[in-house]
Amino acid sequence: MNIVVLVKQVPDSGADRNLRTDDNTVDRGSANNVINEMDEYAIEEALKIKEAHGGEVTILTMGPDRATESIRKALSMGPDKAVHVVDDALHGSCAVATSKVLAAALGQLNADLVLCGSESTDGRVQVLPHMLAERLGIAALTGARKLTVDGSTLTVERQTEEGYEVVTASTPAVVSVWDTINEPRYPSFKGIMAAKKKPVQTLSLADLGVAAGEVGLDGATSTVLEHSKRPPRSAGVKVTDEGSGGTQLVEFLATEKFV
Amino acid sequence: MSEVLVVVEATREFGVKKVTCEMLTLARELGTPSAVVLGGAGAAEALSARLGEYGAEKIYAAEGEEIDGYLVAPKATVVADLVRRVQPAAVLLASSQEGKEIAARLAVKLDNGILTDVVALAADGTATQVAFAGSTVVKSRVTRGLPLVTVRPNSVTPTPAAVTPTVERLEVSLTDADKLARVVDRVAEQKGSRPELTEAGVVVSGGRGVGNADNFKLVEELADLLGGAVGASRAAVDSGFYPHQFQVGQTGKTVSPQLYVALGISGAIQHRAGMQTSKTIVAVNKDGEAPIFELADFGVVGDLFKIVPQAAEEIRKRK
Repeated sequence: MNIVVLVKQVPDSGADRNLRTDDNTVDRGSANNVINEMDEYAIEEALKIKEAHGGEVTILTMGPDRATESIRKALSMGPDKAVHVVDDALHGSCAVATSKVLAAALGQLNADLVLCGSESTDGRVQVLPHMLAERLGIAALTGARKLTVDGSTLTVERQTEEGYEVVTASTPAVVSVWDTINEPRYPSFKGIMAAKKKPVQTLSLADLGVAAGEVGLDGATSTVLEHSKRPPRSAGVKVTDEGSGGTQLVEFLATEKFV
Repeated sequence: MSEVLVVVEATREFGVKKVTCEMLTLARELGTPSAVVLGGAGAAEALSARLGEYGAEKIYAAEGEEIDGYLVAPKATVVADLVRRVQPAAVLLASSQEGKEIAARLAVKLDNGILTDVVALAADGTATQVAFAGSTVVKSRVTRGLPLVTVRPNSVTPTPAAVTPTVERLEVSLTDADKLARVVDRVAEQKGSRPELTEAGVVVSGGRGVGNADNFKLVEELADLLGGAVGASRAAVDSGFYPHQFQVGQTGKTVSPQLYVALGISGAIQHRAGMQTSKTIVAVNKDGEAPIFELADFGVVGDLFKIVPQAAEEIRKRK
């Protein structure tokens, strides 16, 4: 099975994250940039499917030059190769334009299965899988907590508010996964060394046949007008329980009219 | 005034979700609200009273196996056809997994911008969003097409404005591309009568400090006494204490209730990301240095197995 895994480089969600003051895009310069955590589960799932059914695993990333670090990190887990869509004109692209670019790249890769995380930790927008499926005219099985591959039939358990849905489709398809689906492997030393030699193909907008005016800030379908930091919460009252902590808690709740 | 389409979110068990009433309330500020019901046979009839109570002048209904038997795509096709026909002033969906997914397909079908996790929307189309785990407030707008936004639960106070809606049945004409992902089963998991996590006014969450799955009864008991939902930290979910759909945090649900009670949760950034926009936060933790106390309006340092039963008893006394 030919599997493509979408990987996004994001600012570390454990650090302070900001929007830039000049063009209102995500500040990737000041934060530590890492693989979107949810994508690691997609990589793991791809590797498990390859181990069971054979095939090839390709990482697909759209991002600036420095996303190369995350691509190598992804490859060190075990995928075979990577494709990096990189072009200065992409800076500030909205989700609609991003889906156009990634769909064009996927069109060249002939994937049976496109795997990705259910959301990125920076935008948390969750729209890419269905946008790609819509553009490519293929199925989207999203929010999977379990994926079963049987020949060309894919079946997922999709987590919902009330429980789960069992959803099935034939390949080719896009499948997005939650972090309950597996436990991603750590790259081995051998994997890290091997990743340095794995092929990484770069593609520009021209290679994909997408015009620069359709993407980036100029081609964006939405715009940020302004942004500000919320004032951090300040700590309130802290008491140490000396036998009446529970009662004190309820007294506080009563003054706030919750009891 | 022009129509504002509100795509209805409802559950099989409890009917119209609160976020739908919030969206109808918001839609009334922007134009004339029309509710779009997409579901199994009989959905519109079951939901119409509640939708009318919150001001839906019109209900568009697309029902049946064709809508309900496949994932997301048929719903997006129906809404896209409707948008092209009625040219609404805005389209509002819930910022849930499915709401965002329908919106995603609409954005591509209509070549239209999309804004998610919106907490306010002005009449001129300017939306307010919260980003980076509630640390940043963003004002933004769609610059191509109409305002297509997904609204975060607990953003608007739902207020009734009763009308008697007219119901229009929609013709559903789907292509093969809409029927690629077939729903073959729906399985209900433990939930009981508690409010849904993202919509609840009160959320009581347990963390690693709760110790084991059995002890979560204590968290549930306090939640029930306060009429709230139960949540869990990632550490508690990863340890198998509580199911994943109740996880609050960066890789789980984002909640913004009136009251958030954190029991045995240290308050790692992963967890704070999902709850720090809650109005009032209280915490119980044995470690007085736990970062959760930096956010808490009221914190008790001590043994939750002593403090929580005492609090439960005190609430019962006051009832």
